[in-house]
Amino acid sequence: MSATVPGPAKDMTAAVALGRRRMRVNTIVKVCCVTATAIGLILLASILFTLLVRGVGGLSLTVFTTSTLPPGSNGGLLNAIVGTLIQTVLGAAIGTPIGLMVGTYLAEYARDSALGNTVRFVSDILLSAPSILIGLFVYQLVVSPFGGFSGIAGCLALALIVIPIVVRTTEDMLTLIPSTLREAVIGLGAPKWKMIVLVCYRVARQGILTGILLAVARISGETAPLLFTSLGNLNWSLNLSKPMASLPVTIYQYAGSAFQDWVQLAWTGALLITAAVLAVNIAVRALLRGGK
Amino acid sequence: MSATTATASRRSSSLGDTIFATVAKLSGIFVLAVLGAIIAALVIGGSKAIIAFGPGFLTSDDWDPVHESFGALVPIFGTIVTAILALALAVPLAFGIAFYLTELAPKWLRRPVSTAIELLAAVPSIIYGMWGFFVIVPIMSQYVQPFVIDTIGEWPLIGPFFQGPPFGTGILTAALILAVMVIPFIAATMRDVFETVPAVYKESAYGVGCTTWEVMRSIVIPYTRASVVGGIMLGLGRALGETMAVTFVIGNTNRIASSLFGPGNTIASIVALEFPESETGSLKLSSLLALGLVLFMIAFIVLAISRTLLKPGLKA
Repeated sequence: MSATVPGPAKDMTAAVALGRRRMRVNTIVKVCCVTATAIGLILLASILFTLLVRGVGGLSLTVFTTSTLPPGSNGGLLNAIVGTLIQTVLGAAIGTPIGLMVGTYLAEYARDSALGNTVRFVSDILLSAPSILIGLFVYQLVVSPFGGFSGIAGCLALALIVIPIVVRTTEDMLTLIPSTLREAVIGLGAPKWKMIVLVCYRVARQGILTGILLAVARISGETAPLLFTSLGNLNWSLNLSKPMASLPVTIYQYAGSAFQDWVQLAWTGALLITAAVLAVNIAVRALLRGGK
Repeated sequence: MSATTATASRRSSSLGDTIFATVAKLSGIFVLAVLGAIIAALVIGGSKAIIAFGPGFLTSDDWDPVHESFGALVPIFGTIVTAILALALAVPLAFGIAFYLTELAPKWLRRPVSTAIELLAAVPSIIYGMWGFFVIVPIMSQYVQPFVIDTIGEWPLIGPFFQGPPFGTGILTAALILAVMVIPFIAATMRDVFETVPAVYKESAYGVGCTTWEVMRSIVIPYTRASVVGGIMLGLGRALGETMAVTFVIGNTNRIASSLFGPGNTIASIVALEFPESETGSLKLSSLLALGLVLFMIAFIVLAISRTLLKPGLKA
């Protein structure tokens, strides 16, 4: 019987074979994609698991109450934690107003102007530029001429990282505001600056706050821009004109050391900074979702 | 009374407008000034080295503090090789993740998986360095590298790239860590651009009987090609300038290794390691700043291409 199969039926078997092959290719690709996603999730899990396993053991009150000490003398990370808090807060405090104004300029004054487009382009490039170059820049600008590494130089380097992040979120959030709202405010006779400050900022408050928080999370974990600016300091110091400790730089110095207790402290510090950064990131996402 | 106060208040409000607009514009110009100042600072700082070595700086593989002879070839080579290798590893994975998140994953799973991948991008780079050094390097030296050396290392042509002592550190390990770091950036960008494809196009393709993969290949990818390349370039820009993670695992040797398992360095890693111990005003410090200038130019070109290809409004 199979010898007498006419033409169309032969095409049918070919078509069925083609259909099977297409389904097979589709299945293979799907499996590959699920595998890729699984690999991504496993990597995150591996990082978090490693941090927990190696970091939790070193958690104790001493970590938060004692400054870094020579190996073997049961030191903590107090100066590094305080240094990171100071530099992060000051860096964000310097960078945020500038970023906010630039974002406002892009969204409210220069949506389609040549200058606006150039500023937007440059700001987006600075957003992804290697952070170590910011460190080199601030070294040349502040550290080298003004005689030495200082906490304030670290703050400036971090502020330069904050600016493009805040610019991006501020512009995005302001652009989302419908122009009818702006027209209504202007129609009431309010000057443009009052419209921006009293209405637009208020509407976009949550989104702008998100950008600032993300920027804070980002700079609190930055190491490279601090290496040549605030340098790191193994002693307790709140003097902004002197080298200042920070958690990431201390982790860097301790992780590469030969002393077991220093390496343990590095892991504990790594756990603390990662937990803080991820907590801010998750909180920001929850905040955004709640607002929608 | 009312007329004068009204005029006065209008005057003050127009004054307020002028002040606010000027401050906004000056802030915008400030951003441009920062870019200019970064270039100027690196050029001025590196001028001593640029004058001393000329264009030969880019082609010399010397890094000899004793004889004061410095060249950029090895770090440039390491920077580009690790970044390209990282992309080769990261792009297929990132594409798979983006494809899964936009087309395959059940609705309830999309947000948590998306968030997890984005968190991978939020982990500080120093953590990747420690994780790489204490977790990946031992795995590489005990399992992966001995196995690969015994198998692929014996093959003709590509064998030599996979030979040498299994230290665990080296160019390939650095590329691996870099790949993990850029996956979330590329995946997030791809996911965002895939979602811009109008549903009608995809539905039409499904309507004529296309499989999910065929819709991806014939509709989504052609529609988003430029932005996908932009997202990959964005990942490349990140990989080129990554400092801390690479410094931990690349082995930090100023030599062009013949094997991918050999140690090397990148511009960012040599700057991070050698800058703090260089004297102010020395030729070495100037050479490091000149290296910074080279990195800035490479990263600027890559990121500029990326931004041009990515439609405005998409970010990562």
